[in-house]
Amino acid sequence: MSSAQLLAEKKQEILKSWFQATVDTYPADTARFLKSQKDPFANPVGQTTYQSLDSLVDALTTGAGRDVMAAALDPILRIRAVQTFTPSKATGFVFSLKQIIRQHLPGDGRDAGVDMNGLDRQIDEMAMAAFDIYVACREKIFELKATESRKQFFGSLKRAGLIDETEADGPGF
Amino acid sequence: MNKNYMVSLIAVIVLFLIAYVGTQQGAGLQLVFGIIIPYLAVILFVVGFIRRVMGWSRSAVPFQITTTCGQQPSLPWFKQAKIDNPSSTFFVIIRMFLEIVCFRSLFRNSRMKLNGGTKLTYQLEIFLWVGALAFHYAFFTVVVRHLRFFTEPVPFFVTLLEKVDSFMRIEVLYDAIQSGLPGVYMSGLVLLAATLYLFLRRVLIPQVRYISLAADFFPLFLIMGIALSGIFMRYFTKVDIVAIKELTMGLVTFRPTIPEGVSGLFYAHMFLVSILLAYFPFSKLMHLAGIFLSPTRNMTGNTRQVRYVNPWNYPVKVHTYDEYEDDFREKMIDAGLPVVKMPEEQP
Amino acid sequence: MADELIKPDELLSQIDHRPSGAGWMDTPLDIRKGMYCYASNPKSVATLGLPYARPWNPLEEDWKLPENWQEIIYEGFRERLEKFRSFKVFMDICVRCGACADKCHFFIGTGDPKNMPVLRAELLRSVYRNDFTTAGKILGRLGGARPMTLDVLKEWWYYLFQCTECRRCSVFCPYGIDTAEITIMGRELLNLLGLNIDWIATPVANCYRTGNHLGIQPHAFKDMLDFFVDEIEEVTGIKVDPPYMQKDADILFITPSGDVFADPGTYTCMGYMLLFHYLKEKYDLNITWSTYASEGGNFGFFTSHETMKRLNSKMYAEAKRLGVKWILGGECGHMWRVITQYMDTMNGPADFLEEPVNPITGTTFENAKSTKMVHIAEFTADLIKHGKLELDPGRNDNQIVTFHDSCNPARGMGLLDEPRYVLENVVNHFYEMPAGTIREQTFCCGSGAGLNAGENMELRMAGGFPRANAVKHVHDNFGVNMLACVCAIDRAAFPASMEYWVPEVDVTGLHELVANALIMPGEKERETDLRGEPLPGMEE
Repeated sequence: MSSAQLLAEKKQEILKSWFQATVDTYPADTARFLKSQKDPFANPVGQTTYQSLDSLVDALTTGAGRDVMAAALDPILRIRAVQTFTPSKATGFVFSLKQIIRQHLPGDGRDAGVDMNGLDRQIDEMAMAAFDIYVACREKIFELKATESRKQFFGSLKRAGLIDETEADGPGF
Repeated sequence: MNKNYMVSLIAVIVLFLIAYVGTQQGAGLQLVFGIIIPYLAVILFVVGFIRRVMGWSRSAVPFQITTTCGQQPSLPWFKQAKIDNPSSTFFVIIRMFLEIVCFRSLFRNSRMKLNGGTKLTYQLEIFLWVGALAFHYAFFTVVVRHLRFFTEPVPFFVTLLEKVDSFMRIEVLYDAIQSGLPGVYMSGLVLLAATLYLFLRRVLIPQVRYISLAADFFPLFLIMGIALSGIFMRYFTKVDIVAIKELTMGLVTFRPTIPEGVSGLFYAHMFLVSILLAYFPFSKLMHLAGIFLSPTRNMTGNTRQVRYVNPWNYPVKVHTYDEYEDDFREKMIDAGLPVVKMPEEQP
Repeated sequence: MADELIKPDELLSQIDHRPSGAGWMDTPLDIRKGMYCYASNPKSVATLGLPYARPWNPLEEDWKLPENWQEIIYEGFRERLEKFRSFKVFMDICVRCGACADKCHFFIGTGDPKNMPVLRAELLRSVYRNDFTTAGKILGRLGGARPMTLDVLKEWWYYLFQCTECRRCSVFCPYGIDTAEITIMGRELLNLLGLNIDWIATPVANCYRTGNHLGIQPHAFKDMLDFFVDEIEEVTGIKVDPPYMQKDADILFITPSGDVFADPGTYTCMGYMLLFHYLKEKYDLNITWSTYASEGGNFGFFTSHETMKRLNSKMYAEAKRLGVKWILGGECGHMWRVITQYMDTMNGPADFLEEPVNPITGTTFENAKSTKMVHIAEFTADLIKHGKLELDPGRNDNQIVTFHDSCNPARGMGLLDEPRYVLENVVNHFYEMPAGTIREQTFCCGSGAGLNAGENMELRMAGGFPRANAVKHVHDNFGVNMLACVCAIDRAAFPASMEYWVPEVDVTGLHELVANALIMPGEKERETDLRGEPLPGMEE
């Protein structure tokens, strides 16, 4: 049995543990809500997280590569980037996958003849992609902080030639 | 272990034991638990209830802050949600009625589920709604059924309700159980089950556990204790119904007596009921009355159509047009905006 | 290999592990950057004559409170319990059933359990029990009571400015308990100690003095509209001529200043101007603007009832001064809650105005008989219904539109079908977001009630996520690329929210779409929409 097949077989268990570990980064009371509520509109955080992790396990199984992983990582990190996590905590869920896969494979994966080094390298790749996305999201937030009012409130005023750039400051409408 | 519910549970057990032990032979506190405390409890309940409601009604209702849950009355071709956005007292009454009798807002907890990608299915998250309905209706039925102990002759609706309530089980149990066992009342069992559900919900659902106070567990345990002791008396230990009725009738006719042969279990049962009554006005249980006074539900939504008057409306300092024009007159004139006073007219 | 790894739970537990199972009263307050707004500027507080204007910083230990601040809070609390039955009843009757817990966009988005509506209210209730109830005094913490301390005050401030007063929880509460009402009271109490946020305090001060939140002086207001006149001429070849403070005009028009000064609301403003010009040309209807009452929005509503009344007074005062027949209101959210549920009571009766009748169609706006103020979506819907507007919805064919119900018009008024009716007549592609996220169950934009500042961007994005998530759904499924709304704060807040969550979706007001579709008498062949984007079929 190939690594991919074995992983695919264990996918549901791995996914379940990983999702559990990821939502456990929230306060206990919130974590249960994130897990139990299945309505994607009433619980977008939990459901988006689940779907992201689901795609990531698939990407890992098929060895789909960094771009596919990045696409799957984007929704979950976009959320975690605005949720008062430290950078390490926001992205740390990726690393927990190493341990989780080992837990679910016989003999920590060695007995099953799985290429654990290869998997670890992929997960490292995933973590790096996660960090890139996290930082990009944070940059986006800072960009929005810096430019939102300028663009909105003063964009039109400037277009109309009503203000000097230096006056462009101060709270909103 | 959660302090909030442990304290409540222990409190209820202690209360039960106090009454049970206190009315055993030797202790002889039947007078206290059979007459004095019930009277005090009823007085506390009535006075406390009225004071609380009076307290609420003394507070003003300055604004009409209806929560509109549907289409407003508008142009003729838009269908108004007459109940959820009522324009008349009649529909407010219907809205309140559905709220109080059917717990309509709780029923709104509908949910969607995403099945395999993009297909949406709807499901109702109705457990809380069902649990709450079951609890309140069972409680109500039990209360009405107990009128039998306080009326002579027993009014027809009480007898009727008893019949309906025990209808389900009579046939099942008739042959299997020895004679003398009364028909099983659904309401008692439903009450117990629903109370248990409401308790488990508080312990098991994390958000609800997080927000729960001792004051949320105490009434649940109290009601469980009342239901359990009641069920026990009715089905397992044979209590002297005639003596009990003599006692209860004595209470309502203000000729209190302590008949022989009333068991300690009954006194404990009645003591817990007394505690519930006395506790009621000082607790969240007052939502029974409060719902009627909730301004987001008991007012019409047609605030643009009919003016609502604030009893304490007072004048405030405003920035008048004249002050405004004084501030900006020159600039307004330069910009070609109309002004009331031209500058040269100023003294 | 595996043996060298630290277990992931160990790894995580080293970082910022929050104790689980601790009661909420034992969870210490952590004021996080990105989740709060800057403290009010003392100058703005002083302009309004509100108490304790001073510089202070939420992150510092010392908030420079007056000596007797506890007494002030106690007295303020007592006074409000007497003046507002809503407050008193809501303090007493909550059974903590938890139905509201997961209905709040801030709870859903931030995952902070203190953002559950019931808990936000418990922050005040715990003090209420301690100070005003016998049971609370006897049982203390066991009865859910706690004394008013500095930490409690800070917690109030932090979480009361993480509520957008959207009322979604009140829809689901079996007793109709409205967290907005509790937040309003809590913010009033905080304002007694000068504890506002600057994004509210300064617009309020501006509005008081200059008539609008941005503090734009009358000549600049006119300059801005003049600029729109030029833009409109470029697109349509028509020169519109908006009248200002015209005595004896038929109708006074008031809209939030965001429409005049903030993109993309500015395009909606051009939309109003085109519509009014059309009505003037075709039906000789005079609709006037005012620079004195140049703000429909009312950030006073987010400060205190009194401040709300002071700002709102200008609407009726100006209508009376100008001698118009009635008032027409632009697209705004909380403005319409104030108009619907407060204005007539506070500053009415408006007996100097007439019952609103649309002179073009003869329709009486029965539902606005007393306030004498009509929502522009009602007005336009009436015009469309009677065939009084010549429309070419094909000009909006590049727009695949969904509609966001703003919280206040939905849950504090019930304006649901009117904007949809207008939309369906001016666009060809309109898709609803999923049930449970629209109409009375609509999700807030995440930036209402004065929270659309820049410094709390993380809070806004997290709070805006449930709404954005539903938008993403219709974007993915139907290719929606335009989010229409009838609220100036929406138009100010959504562009950032969409840029972050669903970058392919843009934001528009209803009347921008109306004006794009409206065929003006004598217009040139339009090549672009109001934004200068090529019309369908006009692309190079």
